[in-house]
Amino acid sequence: MSVTQVSVFIENREGRLAEVSRLLSGKDINIRSLSLADSSDFGVLRLIVDNPEQCIQVLQENGFVARATPVLALEIEDRPGGLDRVLSLFSSNGINVEYMYAFVEKSHDNAIVIFKTGDNGRALDLASREGIPVIRGEALFSR
Amino acid sequence: MSEQEYLSRESLRALQSERLVRLVARLYQHVPFYRERMHAKGVSPADIRGIEDLPKLPFTTKDDMRDVYPLGLLAVPLTEIEEIHASSGTTGKPVIDAYTRNDLDIWGEVMGRTLEMGGATSADIVQNAYGYGLFTGGLGVHYGAHNIHATVIPISGGNTRRQLAIMQDFGSTVLACTPSYSLYLAEAAREEGLDPAKFTLKYGYFGAEPWSEAMRTEIEKNFGIKAYDIYGLTEIIGPGVASECVEQAGMHINEDHFYPEIINPETGEVLPDGEKGELVITTISKTGTPILRYRTRDITYFMREKCACGRTTVRMHRLFGRTDDMLIIRGVNVFPSQIEEVLLRFESIEPHYQLIVDRKEHLDNLEVQIEMTSELFSDEVRDLEGIEHRIESEIASALGIHAKVRLVEPKTIPRSEGKAVRIIDKRKI
Repeated sequence: MSVTQVSVFIENREGRLAEVSRLLSGKDINIRSLSLADSSDFGVLRLIVDNPEQCIQVLQENGFVARATPVLALEIEDRPGGLDRVLSLFSSNGINVEYMYAFVEKSHDNAIVIFKTGDNGRALDLASREGIPVIRGEALFSR
Repeated sequence: MSEQEYLSRESLRALQSERLVRLVARLYQHVPFYRERMHAKGVSPADIRGIEDLPKLPFTTKDDMRDVYPLGLLAVPLTEIEEIHASSGTTGKPVIDAYTRNDLDIWGEVMGRTLEMGGATSADIVQNAYGYGLFTGGLGVHYGAHNIHATVIPISGGNTRRQLAIMQDFGSTVLACTPSYSLYLAEAAREEGLDPAKFTLKYGYFGAEPWSEAMRTEIEKNFGIKAYDIYGLTEIIGPGVASECVEQAGMHINEDHFYPEIINPETGEVLPDGEKGELVITTISKTGTPILRYRTRDITYFMREKCACGRTTVRMHRLFGRTDDMLIIRGVNVFPSQIEEVLLRFESIEPHYQLIVDRKEHLDNLEVQIEMTSELFSDEVRDLEGIEHRIESEIASALGIHAKVRLVEPKTIPRSEGKAVRIIDKRKI
Protein backbone atom coordinates (compact mmCIF):
# COMPACT_ATOMS: atom_id res chain seq x y z
CA MET A 1 0.00 0.00 0.00
CA SER A 2 2.97 2.30 0.43
CA VAL A 3 4.34 4.54 -2.29
CA THR A 4 7.91 4.32 -3.59
CA GLN A 5 9.82 7.54 -3.16
CA VAL A 6 13.22 8.08 -4.75
CA SER A 7 15.81 9.59 -2.38
CA VAL A 8 18.94 11.15 -3.89
CA PHE A 9 22.12 12.48 -2.27
CA ILE A 10 23.07 15.87 -3.70
CA GLU A 11 26.02 18.06 -2.85
CA ASN A 12 25.33 21.74 -2.33
CA ARG A 13 27.07 22.68 -5.52
CA GLU A 14 25.97 24.69 -8.48
CA GLY A 15 24.14 22.67 -11.10
CA ARG A 16 23.67 19.41 -9.20
CA LEU A 17 19.89 19.74 -8.89
CA ALA A 18 19.69 20.75 -12.54
CA GLU A 19 21.67 17.62 -13.43
CA VAL A 20 18.98 15.47 -11.79
CA SER A 21 16.15 17.20 -13.60
CA ARG A 22 18.05 16.97 -16.88
CA LEU A 23 18.56 13.20 -16.48
CA LEU A 24 14.90 12.61 -15.62
CA SER A 25 13.68 14.76 -18.44
CA GLY A 26 15.88 12.80 -20.85
CA LYS A 27 14.09 9.59 -19.82
CA ASP A 28 10.63 11.17 -19.89
CA ILE A 29 10.22 10.63 -16.19
CA ASN A 30 7.53 12.81 -14.67
CA ILE A 31 8.05 14.34 -11.23
CA ARG A 32 4.77 14.55 -9.34
CA SER A 33 6.10 15.89 -6.08
CA LEU A 34 9.40 16.63 -4.44
CA SER A 35 11.03 17.89 -1.31
CA LEU A 36 14.59 18.92 -0.63
CA ALA A 37 16.08 18.72 2.84
CA ASP A 38 19.50 20.23 3.23
CA SER A 39 22.40 20.90 5.56
CA SER A 40 25.09 23.46 4.83
CA ASP A 41 27.00 21.17 2.49
CA PHE A 42 24.61 18.58 1.11
CA GLY A 43 20.95 17.93 0.46
CA VAL A 44 18.64 14.95 0.19
CA LEU A 45 16.22 15.21 -2.69
CA ARG A 46 13.01 13.19 -2.32
CA LEU A 47 11.01 12.56 -5.46
CA ILE A 48 7.69 10.98 -6.27
CA VAL A 49 7.91 9.98 -9.94
CA ASP A 50 5.88 7.86 -12.31
CA ASN A 51 8.66 5.31 -12.82
CA PRO A 52 10.79 4.98 -9.66
CA GLU A 53 12.81 1.96 -10.86
CA GLN A 54 13.91 3.64 -14.05
CA CYS A 55 14.53 6.88 -12.16
CA ILE A 56 16.90 5.16 -9.70
CA GLN A 57 18.65 3.36 -12.52
CA VAL A 58 19.34 6.46 -14.56
CA LEU A 59 20.56 8.38 -11.50
CA GLN A 60 22.86 5.55 -10.39
CA GLU A 61 24.25 5.15 -13.87
CA ASN A 62 25.20 8.80 -13.75
CA GLY A 63 27.03 8.56 -10.47
CA PHE A 64 24.36 9.57 -7.99
CA VAL A 65 23.61 7.67 -4.82
CA ALA A 66 19.85 7.05 -5.10
CA ARG A 67 17.58 4.60 -3.41
CA ALA A 68 13.91 3.65 -3.05
CA THR A 69 12.25 4.63 0.21
CA PRO A 70 8.74 3.45 1.09
CA VAL A 71 6.48 6.34 2.16
CA LEU A 72 2.75 6.84 2.74
CA ALA A 73 0.52 9.02 0.63
CA LEU A 74 -2.61 10.13 2.48
CA GLU A 75 -5.53 12.25 1.40
CA ILE A 76 -6.19 14.95 3.87
CA GLU A 77 -9.27 17.14 4.01
CA ASP A 78 -8.39 20.62 2.82
CA ARG A 79 -9.91 22.51 5.76
CA PRO A 80 -8.74 23.66 9.21
CA GLY A 81 -7.93 20.63 11.35
CA GLY A 82 -7.39 18.31 8.40
CA LEU A 83 -3.69 17.75 8.97
CA ASP A 84 -4.12 17.84 12.73
CA ARG A 85 -6.43 14.83 12.56
CA VAL A 86 -3.67 12.70 11.02
CA LEU A 87 -0.80 13.99 13.13
CA SER A 88 -2.79 13.58 16.37
CA LEU A 89 -3.62 10.04 15.36
CA PHE A 90 0.06 9.25 14.78
CA SER A 91 1.31 10.99 17.88
CA SER A 92 -1.26 9.42 20.20
CA ASN A 93 -0.17 6.03 18.86
CA GLY A 94 3.53 6.72 19.31
CA ILE A 95 4.36 6.96 15.63
CA ASN A 96 7.14 9.39 14.85
CA VAL A 97 6.89 11.39 11.63
CA GLU A 98 10.40 11.63 10.23
CA TYR A 99 9.41 14.00 7.47
CA MET A 100 6.41 14.96 5.35
CA TYR A 101 5.65 17.11 2.37
CA ALA A 102 2.58 17.94 0.32
CA PHE A 103 1.60 17.44 -3.27
CA VAL A 104 0.95 20.66 -5.08
CA GLU A 105 -1.99 19.11 -6.86
CA LYS A 106 -5.20 18.38 -5.02
CA SER A 107 -7.36 15.27 -5.13
CA HIS A 108 -10.91 16.65 -5.37
CA ASP A 109 -11.25 18.79 -2.25
CA ASN A 110 -8.50 16.98 -0.43
CA ALA A 111 -4.74 17.60 -0.22
CA ILE A 112 -2.25 14.79 -0.72
CA VAL A 113 0.51 14.59 1.87
CA ILE A 114 3.51 12.24 1.82
CA PHE A 115 4.64 10.85 5.20
CA LYS A 116 7.77 8.99 6.20
CA THR A 117 7.21 7.57 9.68
CA GLY A 118 9.09 5.42 12.12
CA ASP A 119 6.59 2.58 11.44
CA ASN A 120 4.93 2.90 8.06
CA GLY A 121 3.01 -0.39 8.44
CA ARG A 122 1.24 0.65 11.63
CA ALA A 123 0.68 4.17 10.38
CA LEU A 124 -1.04 2.72 7.34
CA ASP A 125 -3.32 0.47 9.43
CA LEU A 126 -4.25 3.35 11.69
CA ALA A 127 -5.07 5.63 8.77
CA SER A 128 -7.23 2.99 7.07
CA ARG A 129 -9.08 2.22 10.30
CA GLU A 130 -9.78 5.93 10.84
CA GLY A 131 -11.11 6.23 7.31
CA ILE A 132 -8.27 8.47 6.08
CA PRO A 133 -7.88 7.71 2.38
CA VAL A 134 -4.57 6.03 1.58
CA ILE A 135 -3.40 6.44 -2.01
CA ARG A 136 -1.60 3.69 -3.87
CA GLY A 137 1.42 4.43 -5.98
CA GLU A 138 -0.25 3.72 -9.32
CA ALA A 139 -3.23 5.82 -8.34
CA LEU A 140 -1.01 8.87 -7.87
CA PHE A 141 -0.26 8.90 -11.55
CA SER A 142 -3.62 7.88 -12.99
CA ARG A 143 -5.40 10.98 -11.88
CA MET B 1 75.58 32.88 25.69
CA SER B 2 77.43 29.62 25.31
CA GLU B 3 81.06 29.26 24.23
CA GLN B 4 80.11 26.07 22.36
CA GLU B 5 78.48 28.29 19.76
CA TYR B 6 81.83 29.93 18.99
CA LEU B 7 84.20 26.96 18.91
CA SER B 8 86.69 26.49 16.11
CA ARG B 9 85.74 23.75 13.67
CA GLU B 10 88.53 21.52 15.07
CA SER B 11 87.48 21.93 18.70
CA LEU B 12 83.84 21.37 17.80
CA ARG B 13 84.67 18.18 15.86
CA ALA B 14 86.74 16.93 18.79
CA LEU B 15 83.81 17.53 21.14
CA GLN B 16 81.35 15.89 18.73
CA SER B 17 83.65 12.90 18.26
CA GLU B 18 84.10 12.36 21.97
CA ARG B 19 80.33 12.60 22.55
CA LEU B 20 79.48 10.24 19.69
CA VAL B 21 81.93 7.57 20.84
CA ARG B 22 80.48 7.67 24.34
CA LEU B 23 76.91 7.65 22.99
CA VAL B 24 77.49 4.59 20.81
CA ALA B 25 78.99 2.70 23.75
CA ARG B 26 75.95 3.56 25.90
CA LEU B 27 73.43 2.64 23.21
CA TYR B 28 75.18 -0.66 22.45
CA GLN B 29 75.19 -1.60 26.09
CA HIS B 30 71.72 -0.43 27.19
CA VAL B 31 69.39 -0.34 24.19
CA PRO B 32 68.70 -3.75 22.59
CA PHE B 33 67.09 -2.03 19.60
CA TYR B 34 70.36 -0.27 18.67
CA ARG B 35 72.54 -3.27 19.55
CA GLU B 36 70.53 -5.38 17.07
CA ARG B 37 70.61 -2.66 14.43
CA MET B 38 74.37 -2.38 14.79
CA HIS B 39 74.79 -6.15 14.54
CA ALA B 40 72.66 -6.14 11.41
CA LYS B 41 74.93 -3.49 9.90
CA GLY B 42 78.04 -5.34 11.00
CA VAL B 43 79.30 -2.45 13.07
CA SER B 44 80.47 -2.49 16.67
CA PRO B 45 81.34 0.35 19.08
CA ALA B 46 85.05 -0.26 18.34
CA ASP B 47 84.43 0.86 14.73
CA ILE B 48 83.26 4.29 15.85
CA ARG B 49 86.31 6.35 16.70
CA GLY B 50 85.06 9.79 15.76
CA ILE B 51 82.30 11.79 14.16
CA GLU B 52 83.63 10.83 10.70
CA ASP B 53 82.48 7.25 11.41
CA LEU B 54 78.84 8.32 11.83
CA PRO B 55 77.75 7.14 8.34
CA LYS B 56 78.60 3.56 9.40
CA LEU B 57 75.76 3.67 11.92
CA PRO B 58 72.12 2.77 11.20
CA PHE B 59 69.33 5.30 10.69
CA THR B 60 66.31 5.63 12.98
CA THR B 61 62.88 6.37 11.49
CA LYS B 62 59.58 7.50 12.93
CA ASP B 63 58.26 3.98 12.29
CA ASP B 64 61.11 2.54 14.38
CA MET B 65 60.11 4.82 17.23
CA ARG B 66 56.52 3.68 16.91
CA ASP B 67 57.57 0.02 16.93
CA VAL B 68 59.43 0.38 20.21
CA TYR B 69 56.64 2.38 21.86
CA PRO B 70 56.52 3.30 24.66
CA LEU B 71 59.99 3.10 26.20
CA GLY B 72 62.00 0.81 23.92
CA LEU B 73 64.64 3.46 23.31
CA LEU B 74 65.26 4.16 26.95
CA ALA B 75 69.03 4.09 27.63
CA VAL B 76 68.85 4.59 31.42
CA PRO B 77 66.72 3.06 34.20
CA LEU B 78 63.26 4.65 34.29
CA THR B 79 64.01 6.06 37.75
CA GLU B 80 66.45 8.49 36.11
CA ILE B 81 63.73 9.94 33.87
CA GLU B 82 62.33 13.24 35.13
CA GLU B 83 59.90 14.16 32.37
CA ILE B 84 58.18 12.58 29.41
CA HIS B 85 56.78 14.27 26.30
CA ALA B 86 54.99 12.83 23.31
CA SER B 87 53.90 13.79 19.84
CA SER B 88 51.51 12.14 17.44
CA GLY B 89 52.92 9.19 15.52
CA THR B 90 52.04 7.84 12.10
CA THR B 91 49.42 5.38 13.25
CA GLY B 92 48.04 6.90 16.37
CA LYS B 93 50.84 5.68 18.60
CA PRO B 94 52.74 8.66 19.90
CA VAL B 95 56.49 9.20 19.68
CA ILE B 96 58.04 9.46 23.13
CA ASP B 97 60.88 11.61 24.40
CA ALA B 98 61.96 10.77 27.96
CA TYR B 99 64.27 13.32 29.60
CA THR B 100 66.85 12.78 32.33
CA ARG B 101 68.08 15.73 34.41
CA ASN B 102 70.96 15.98 31.93
CA ASP B 103 68.49 16.19 29.02
CA LEU B 104 66.31 18.82 30.69
CA ASP B 105 69.45 20.89 31.33
CA ILE B 106 70.43 20.57 27.68
CA TRP B 107 66.92 21.56 26.64
CA GLY B 108 66.99 24.66 28.86
CA GLU B 109 70.44 25.53 27.54
CA VAL B 110 69.59 25.23 23.84
CA MET B 111 66.30 27.09 24.30
CA GLY B 112 68.16 29.74 26.29
CA ARG B 113 70.52 30.05 23.30
CA THR B 114 67.50 30.31 21.02
CA LEU B 115 66.08 33.25 22.95
CA GLU B 116 69.47 34.96 23.33
CA MET B 117 70.33 34.50 19.67
CA GLY B 118 67.43 36.79 18.78
CA GLY B 119 68.37 39.38 21.38
CA ALA B 120 66.29 38.42 24.43
CA THR B 121 67.92 38.86 27.86
CA SER B 122 67.07 38.40 31.52
CA ALA B 123 65.23 41.74 31.34
CA ASP B 124 62.64 40.38 28.92
CA ILE B 125 59.09 39.21 29.58
CA VAL B 126 58.30 36.11 27.53
CA GLN B 127 54.65 35.54 26.70
CA ASN B 128 54.70 31.83 25.96
CA ALA B 129 51.64 31.01 23.86
CA TYR B 130 52.85 27.58 22.78
CA GLY B 131 50.69 24.82 24.22
CA TYR B 132 51.81 23.40 27.56
CA GLY B 133 51.42 19.67 28.05
CA LEU B 134 52.74 16.62 26.27
CA PHE B 135 53.53 18.86 23.29
CA THR B 136 57.13 20.06 23.64
CA GLY B 137 56.57 23.68 22.55
CA GLY B 138 55.27 25.10 25.82
CA LEU B 139 57.78 23.68 28.28
CA GLY B 140 60.69 24.04 25.83
CA VAL B 141 60.30 27.82 25.69
CA HIS B 142 59.55 27.84 29.41
CA TYR B 143 62.86 26.15 30.32
CA GLY B 144 64.71 28.43 27.89
CA ALA B 145 63.29 31.51 29.58
CA HIS B 146 64.37 30.16 32.98
CA ASN B 147 67.82 29.42 31.56
CA ILE B 148 68.41 33.06 30.68
CA HIS B 149 66.58 34.29 33.81
CA ALA B 150 63.92 36.07 31.82
CA THR B 151 60.35 36.39 33.12
CA VAL B 152 58.05 33.79 31.60
CA ILE B 153 54.27 34.11 31.36
CA PRO B 154 53.05 30.51 30.88
CA ILE B 155 49.77 31.49 29.24
CA SER B 156 49.79 28.51 26.83
CA GLY B 157 47.84 28.50 23.56
CA GLY B 158 44.42 29.91 22.76
CA ASN B 159 42.18 32.36 24.65
CA THR B 160 43.03 35.21 22.34
CA ARG B 161 41.37 38.06 24.27
CA ARG B 162 43.23 37.08 27.41
CA GLN B 163 46.49 36.92 25.43
CA LEU B 164 45.94 40.51 24.32
CA ALA B 165 44.99 41.72 27.79
CA ILE B 166 48.01 40.05 29.44
CA MET B 167 50.29 41.30 26.68
CA GLN B 168 49.33 44.88 27.48
CA ASP B 169 48.98 44.58 31.27
CA PHE B 170 52.36 42.91 31.79
CA GLY B 171 54.16 44.65 28.92
CA SER B 172 55.34 41.41 27.30
CA THR B 173 58.44 41.95 25.20
CA VAL B 174 58.77 38.48 23.67
CA LEU B 175 56.07 36.45 21.95
CA ALA B 176 56.50 32.72 21.38
CA CYS B 177 53.82 30.85 19.41
CA THR B 178 53.12 29.45 15.95
CA PRO B 179 53.58 32.07 13.21
CA SER B 180 49.96 31.75 12.10
CA TYR B 181 48.69 32.34 15.61
CA SER B 182 50.71 35.55 15.87
CA LEU B 183 48.94 36.93 12.81
CA TYR B 184 45.62 35.85 14.24
CA LEU B 185 46.49 37.74 17.45
CA ALA B 186 47.34 40.88 15.46
CA GLU B 187 44.03 40.72 13.67
CA ALA B 188 42.12 40.15 16.90
CA ALA B 189 43.91 43.17 18.39
CA ARG B 190 42.83 45.39 15.52
CA GLU B 191 39.26 44.15 15.87
CA GLU B 192 39.36 45.40 19.45
CA GLY B 193 40.54 48.76 18.18
CA LEU B 194 44.17 48.21 19.25
CA ASP B 195 47.28 48.77 17.15
CA PRO B 196 49.55 45.74 17.67
CA ALA B 197 52.54 47.75 16.42
CA LYS B 198 52.21 49.89 19.57
CA PHE B 199 52.51 46.88 21.89
CA THR B 200 55.71 46.54 23.91
CA LEU B 201 56.79 43.40 22.00
CA LYS B 202 60.36 43.40 20.61
CA TYR B 203 60.96 39.83 19.45
CA GLY B 204 58.92 36.86 18.32
CA TYR B 205 60.07 33.22 18.19
CA PHE B 206 57.97 31.24 15.80
CA GLY B 207 57.99 27.59 14.87
CA ALA B 208 56.12 24.26 14.89
CA GLU B 209 54.74 24.86 11.41
CA PRO B 210 56.06 25.91 7.99
CA TRP B 211 56.10 29.59 7.17
CA SER B 212 57.68 31.92 4.66
CA GLU B 213 59.65 35.12 4.26
CA ALA B 214 56.41 36.83 3.20
CA MET B 215 54.81 35.82 6.49
CA ARG B 216 57.87 37.05 8.36
CA THR B 217 57.54 40.46 6.76
CA GLU B 218 53.86 40.56 7.63
CA ILE B 219 54.42 39.55 11.26
CA GLU B 220 57.28 42.02 11.69
CA LYS B 221 55.20 44.84 10.24
CA ASN B 222 52.14 43.97 12.29
CA PHE B 223 53.85 43.99 15.67
CA GLY B 224 56.90 46.10 14.90
CA ILE B 225 59.17 43.23 16.02
CA LYS B 226 61.95 40.97 14.78
CA ALA B 227 60.47 37.58 13.96
CA TYR B 228 62.69 34.49 14.21
CA ASP B 229 62.30 31.01 12.81
CA ILE B 230 62.97 28.20 15.28
CA TYR B 231 63.21 24.48 14.58
CA GLY B 232 62.82 21.38 16.63
CA LEU B 233 61.00 18.08 16.91
CA THR B 234 59.89 15.84 19.73
CA GLU B 235 61.99 12.92 18.48
CA ILE B 236 65.12 14.98 19.08
CA ILE B 237 64.27 17.17 22.08
CA GLY B 238 61.45 19.54 21.05
CA PRO B 239 62.20 23.15 20.07
CA GLY B 240 65.86 24.11 20.47
CA VAL B 241 67.46 22.07 17.69
CA ALA B 242 68.15 25.14 15.56
CA SER B 243 67.18 28.80 15.46
CA GLU B 244 67.92 32.12 13.80
CA CYS B 245 70.20 34.81 15.17
CA VAL B 246 69.67 38.54 14.59
CA GLU B 247 71.12 38.17 11.07
CA GLN B 248 68.08 36.05 10.11
CA ALA B 249 70.29 34.17 7.67
CA GLY B 250 69.44 30.55 8.32
CA MET B 251 69.05 28.67 11.60
CA HIS B 252 72.14 27.90 13.67
CA ILE B 253 72.06 24.23 14.59
CA ASN B 254 73.11 23.47 18.16
CA GLU B 255 75.49 20.92 16.74
CA ASP B 256 77.41 20.35 19.95
CA HIS B 257 74.27 18.45 21.03
CA PHE B 258 72.49 17.62 17.78
CA TYR B 259 74.82 16.44 15.08
CA PRO B 260 73.28 17.14 11.67
CA GLU B 261 73.74 15.41 8.33
CA ILE B 262 72.06 15.97 4.96
CA ILE B 263 71.37 12.79 3.02
CA ASN B 264 69.92 11.77 -0.29
CA PRO B 265 66.52 10.46 0.87
CA GLU B 266 66.52 7.78 -1.85
CA THR B 267 69.98 6.29 -1.27
CA GLY B 268 70.78 7.34 2.29
CA GLU B 269 74.13 8.69 1.11
CA VAL B 270 75.53 11.74 2.92
CA LEU B 271 75.56 14.85 0.73
CA PRO B 272 78.16 17.61 0.71
CA ASP B 273 77.42 21.00 2.32
CA GLY B 274 75.18 23.21 0.24
CA GLU B 275 73.29 20.35 -1.38
CA LYS B 276 69.63 20.04 -0.64
CA GLY B 277 68.43 16.81 0.97
CA GLU B 278 66.88 15.22 4.04
CA LEU B 279 68.03 16.42 7.44
CA VAL B 280 69.28 13.64 9.74
CA ILE B 281 70.11 14.28 13.38
CA THR B 282 72.02 12.35 16.05
CA THR B 283 71.54 13.45 19.67
CA ILE B 284 75.15 13.07 20.76
CA SER B 285 74.76 14.31 24.34
CA LYS B 286 71.32 13.11 25.48
CA THR B 287 71.08 10.26 27.98
CA GLY B 288 67.35 9.40 28.37
CA THR B 289 66.23 8.44 24.88
CA PRO B 290 69.17 9.31 22.62
CA ILE B 291 68.62 8.78 18.90
CA LEU B 292 71.08 7.70 16.20
CA ARG B 293 70.73 9.34 12.80
CA TYR B 294 67.07 10.26 13.01
CA ARG B 295 65.52 10.81 9.60
CA THR B 296 63.50 13.99 10.06
CA ARG B 297 61.97 13.89 6.54
CA ASP B 298 62.52 17.66 6.48
CA ILE B 299 64.30 19.04 3.43
CA THR B 300 66.96 21.73 3.79
CA TYR B 301 70.64 22.43 3.11
CA PHE B 302 73.63 23.55 5.20
CA MET B 303 75.47 26.85 5.16
CA ARG B 304 78.95 26.49 6.56
CA GLU B 305 80.31 30.04 6.05
CA LYS B 306 80.88 32.00 9.22
CA CYS B 307 77.85 34.02 10.25
CA ALA B 308 78.10 37.79 10.78
CA CYS B 309 76.93 37.21 14.37
CA GLY B 310 80.23 35.42 15.09
CA ARG B 311 78.77 32.00 15.85
CA THR B 312 80.63 29.17 14.17
CA THR B 313 77.82 26.60 14.23
CA VAL B 314 76.46 25.35 10.92
CA ARG B 315 73.25 26.95 9.70
CA MET B 316 70.32 25.26 7.98
CA HIS B 317 68.05 26.96 5.47
CA ARG B 318 64.38 27.48 6.23
CA LEU B 319 62.63 24.17 5.45
CA PHE B 320 61.74 23.46 1.84
CA GLY B 321 59.17 20.78 2.56
CA ARG B 322 59.12 17.12 3.43
CA THR B 323 60.04 13.80 1.88
CA ASP B 324 56.77 12.25 3.08
CA ASP B 325 53.14 13.36 3.05
CA MET B 326 53.02 14.72 6.59
CA LEU B 327 50.89 17.83 7.01
CA ILE B 328 51.31 20.31 9.82
CA ILE B 329 47.96 21.69 10.88
CA ARG B 330 47.95 24.34 13.58
CA GLY B 331 51.25 22.92 14.79
CA VAL B 332 49.97 19.32 14.92
CA ASN B 333 51.62 16.70 12.72
CA VAL B 334 49.05 14.88 10.64
CA PHE B 335 49.63 11.95 8.31
CA PRO B 336 46.90 11.10 5.80
CA SER B 337 47.33 7.47 6.90
CA GLN B 338 46.07 8.42 10.37
CA ILE B 339 42.88 9.87 8.90
CA GLU B 340 42.50 6.81 6.68
CA GLU B 341 42.77 4.55 9.67
CA VAL B 342 39.94 6.41 11.41
CA LEU B 343 37.77 6.19 8.27
CA LEU B 344 38.36 2.46 7.92
CA ARG B 345 36.78 1.93 11.33
CA PHE B 346 33.48 2.87 9.68
CA GLU B 347 32.58 -0.20 7.67
CA SER B 348 30.31 1.51 5.20
CA ILE B 349 32.90 4.08 4.19
CA GLU B 350 34.87 3.39 1.05
CA PRO B 351 38.45 4.57 1.05
CA HIS B 352 37.66 7.46 -1.27
CA TYR B 353 38.58 10.53 0.67
CA GLN B 354 40.54 13.70 0.21
CA LEU B 355 42.07 16.15 2.64
CA ILE B 356 41.72 19.82 1.84
CA VAL B 357 43.89 22.16 3.86
CA ASP B 358 43.28 25.86 3.78
CA ARG B 359 44.31 28.82 5.85
CA LYS B 360 41.49 31.19 6.77
CA GLU B 361 42.12 34.27 8.88
CA HIS B 362 45.63 32.92 9.47
CA LEU B 363 44.42 29.65 10.97
CA ASP B 364 44.70 26.27 9.30
CA ASN B 365 41.53 24.41 8.47
CA LEU B 366 41.33 20.77 7.55
CA GLU B 367 38.38 19.44 5.62
CA VAL B 368 37.98 15.72 5.08
CA GLN B 369 35.85 14.96 2.05
CA ILE B 370 34.35 11.49 1.95
CA GLU B 371 32.43 10.01 -0.92
CA MET B 372 28.86 8.95 -0.26
CA THR B 373 28.04 5.29 -0.80
CA SER B 374 24.74 3.39 -1.02
CA GLU B 375 25.53 1.73 2.31
CA LEU B 376 26.18 5.04 4.02
CA PHE B 377 23.21 6.85 2.53
CA SER B 378 20.12 7.66 4.53
CA ASP B 379 17.42 9.92 3.21
CA GLU B 380 17.36 11.79 6.48
CA VAL B 381 19.65 14.77 6.81
CA ARG B 382 19.87 14.21 10.55
CA ASP B 383 21.39 10.75 10.04
CA LEU B 384 23.92 12.05 7.54
CA GLU B 385 24.92 14.92 9.80
CA GLY B 386 25.25 12.36 12.59
CA ILE B 387 27.73 10.41 10.46
CA GLU B 388 29.76 13.56 9.81
CA HIS B 389 29.87 14.38 13.50
CA ARG B 390 30.83 10.85 14.51
CA ILE B 391 33.77 10.88 12.10
CA GLU B 392 34.77 14.36 13.28
CA SER B 393 34.88 13.25 16.89
CA GLU B 394 36.82 10.07 16.05
CA ILE B 395 39.40 12.19 14.22
CA ALA B 396 39.54 14.61 17.13
CA SER B 397 40.20 11.84 19.64
CA ALA B 398 42.74 10.05 17.44
CA LEU B 399 44.68 13.08 16.20
CA GLY B 400 43.82 15.87 18.58
CA ILE B 401 42.67 18.23 15.85
CA HIS B 402 39.31 19.41 14.65
CA ALA B 403 38.58 18.48 11.07
CA LYS B 404 35.44 19.36 9.18
CA VAL B 405 33.98 16.24 7.61
CA ARG B 406 32.05 16.76 4.42
CA LEU B 407 30.12 14.09 2.55
CA VAL B 408 30.43 14.44 -1.21
CA GLU B 409 28.87 12.72 -4.20
CA PRO B 410 30.46 9.52 -5.51
CA LYS B 411 33.27 9.80 -8.06
CA THR B 412 33.87 13.48 -7.31
CA ILE B 413 37.30 12.90 -5.74
CA PRO B 414 39.85 12.67 -8.55
CA ARG B 415 41.26 9.21 -9.20
CA SER B 416 44.66 8.92 -10.69
CA GLU B 417 46.72 6.10 -12.06
CA GLY B 418 48.72 4.73 -9.17
CA LYS B 419 48.73 7.07 -6.23
CA ALA B 420 45.49 8.78 -5.30
CA VAL B 421 45.59 12.52 -4.81
CA ARG B 422 44.87 12.56 -1.11
CA ILE B 423 45.91 16.04 -0.19
CA ILE B 424 45.07 19.43 -1.58
CA ASP B 425 47.02 22.04 0.31
CA LYS B 426 45.65 25.45 -0.59
CA ARG B 427 47.67 27.31 2.03
CA LYS B 428 49.75 30.06 0.55
CA ILE B 429 52.75 29.97 2.80
